[in-house]
Amino acid sequence: MSKEEMLDMEARFERYVAAENKVEPKDWMPEKYRKTLIRQISQHAHSEVVGMLPEANWITRAPSLRRKVALLAKVQDEAGHGLYLYSAAETMGADRQDLIEDLLSGKAKYSSIFNYPTPTWADIGAIGWLVDGAAIANQVMLCRTSYGPYARAMVRICKEESFHQRQGYEIMMALAAGTPAQKKMAQDALNRWWWPSLMMFGPTDENSPNSALSMKWRIKRKSNDELRQEFIDKTVPQAEFIGLTVPDPDLKWNEERGHYDFGEIDWQEFYDVIAGNGKCNKQRLHARNVAHDNGRWVREAANAYAEKQAKRRKEESSAA
Amino acid sequence: MEAKEKYVLRLADNALILGQRLGEWCGHGPILEQDIALTNVALDLIGQSRMLYQYAAELKNDGSTEDDIAMKRDVFDFYNVLMVEQENGDWGKTIVRQFFYDTYNYFLYEALCTSTDQRLGEIARKSFKEIAYHAQFSAEWVIRFGDGTSESHERVQAAVDDLWEFTGEMFTPDEIDLAMTEAGIAPDLNQIAAQWKRKVTQILDIATLKMPESSFMQKGGKVGEHSEYLGFILAELQFMQRAYPGMQW
Ligand SMILES: [Fe+2]
Ligand SMILES: [Fe+2]
Ligand SMILES: [Fe+2]
Repeated sequence: MSKEEMLDMEARFERYVAAENKVEPKDWMPEKYRKTLIRQISQHAHSEVVGMLPEANWITRAPSLRRKVALLAKVQDEAGHGLYLYSAAETMGADRQDLIEDLLSGKAKYSSIFNYPTPTWADIGAIGWLVDGAAIANQVMLCRTSYGPYARAMVRICKEESFHQRQGYEIMMALAAGTPAQKKMAQDALNRWWWPSLMMFGPTDENSPNSALSMKWRIKRKSNDELRQEFIDKTVPQAEFIGLTVPDPDLKWNEERGHYDFGEIDWQEFYDVIAGNGKCNKQRLHARNVAHDNGRWVREAANAYAEKQAKRRKEESSAA
Repeated sequence: MEAKEKYVLRLADNALILGQRLGEWCGHGPILEQDIALTNVALDLIGQSRMLYQYAAELKNDGSTEDDIAMKRDVFDFYNVLMVEQENGDWGKTIVRQFFYDTYNYFLYEALCTSTDQRLGEIARKSFKEIAYHAQFSAEWVIRFGDGTSESHERVQAAVDDLWEFTGEMFTPDEIDLAMTEAGIAPDLNQIAAQWKRKVTQILDIATLKMPESSFMQKGGKVGEHSEYLGFILAELQFMQRAYPGMQW
């Protein structure tokens, strides 16, 4: 393709997505669109999988059998989300094994939020409420993203995420309505998860150079700051309703804007955790690597057996 | 304690302790699909344990809840078989433990579906489909490993040899089992043993694995004489209820 033809194709592609058409795997797409989406979808997949760890940490210690069942089911859902998303990335020509290798080597990123620890049971409530809550704000938007398979995976995932969010909020509600020890546990978790949850939306718009292109291609539809504001506006009343205090002295309803004003986010912490200096970065990556290494013989055996079976079937049919 | 209550607790404790063990794998499985599959088994088992503890609480009739029963007994008051408290080990050992237990559970619950005890019959009928799936899942993996690579064959044979001594307890009736059989509440364990042996022999054969010859069998779990593992399992299981007694979650 000549350069002019290419530019022409790109212009047509832009008009196509601007008219709210979905891009499907076989359609022509700019190479940068493909790369951007593979990176975004695989990061999302990795986040689902790494995100299992801080919560799975509490499966054996859940305070009641009912909560244990709910938590197992939740973590299992997250594994399922990882699967759909790896499949969505594969529709763009990526290979799941390569993507996983990139995660294990530390080359690929995943959501930094999962590098924070879950020392208490209330963290399971806070993660469901805030982390799944923040994920939903982002993912509801992605249900309308321009790449068809990603949008469809998101529709399915969003339903489950909002269930997780309610379940997490319900854990917090039970704690906040409980004994002083339980309420303290809930407040402590909110104190630790509030700011990292706000950071989940990414840098401020002026520090987010790739966003414009994503918006143009209808991958994203709202800016980081817009999504963050939406999340805050939705979540603050939820905290108030159960009698917990959002740990931000500058938080104030702004009548004129029709939004909450909020304090300065510690972006240094955000970049530190991304750089690998969160409390659990090493632990998380180590856990994934150990699981992968210990699982190698299992995967090899499954492949070897499948090959033997295929060969046997072939022999049988040729003998028949 | 009434014999029936103790019998229900045995069933419940087996399901809970094995579910708890499987819960340890969640997030650490060898491949995402199998992580999901094993978590599913854990979910089923803990769900079953809840139905059984609720029934045990009714039999106890002193205001105890399912959580009181699961979370407030010490090691000597747990009646699960030793098999289910054994360490996960590698994925192969977990699968073999599952295979031995699931196969037993399959025949046991199949028979419990027609228990003269109405509640137990109901619970068994609700659980049987899940248990049948577990038994199929673990048997398929035993075959895959036995007939997979030489490494998988060796690993899974080692697990079979290792766990063999815990199989006997499942089939050795004591006075409670006998009383249950007598009352038509539970099947005759000799019959379950014969069905189990036939199935296990068949699967190990397909998997090109050897049936261990050793005949020494451990016992004690059913009467509260446990290995060192159970205390640690309970330490995690019961941590919250012990650290924050009497609270609602
Ligand atoms: Fe998810
Ligand atoms: Fe997500
Ligand atoms: Fe979720």
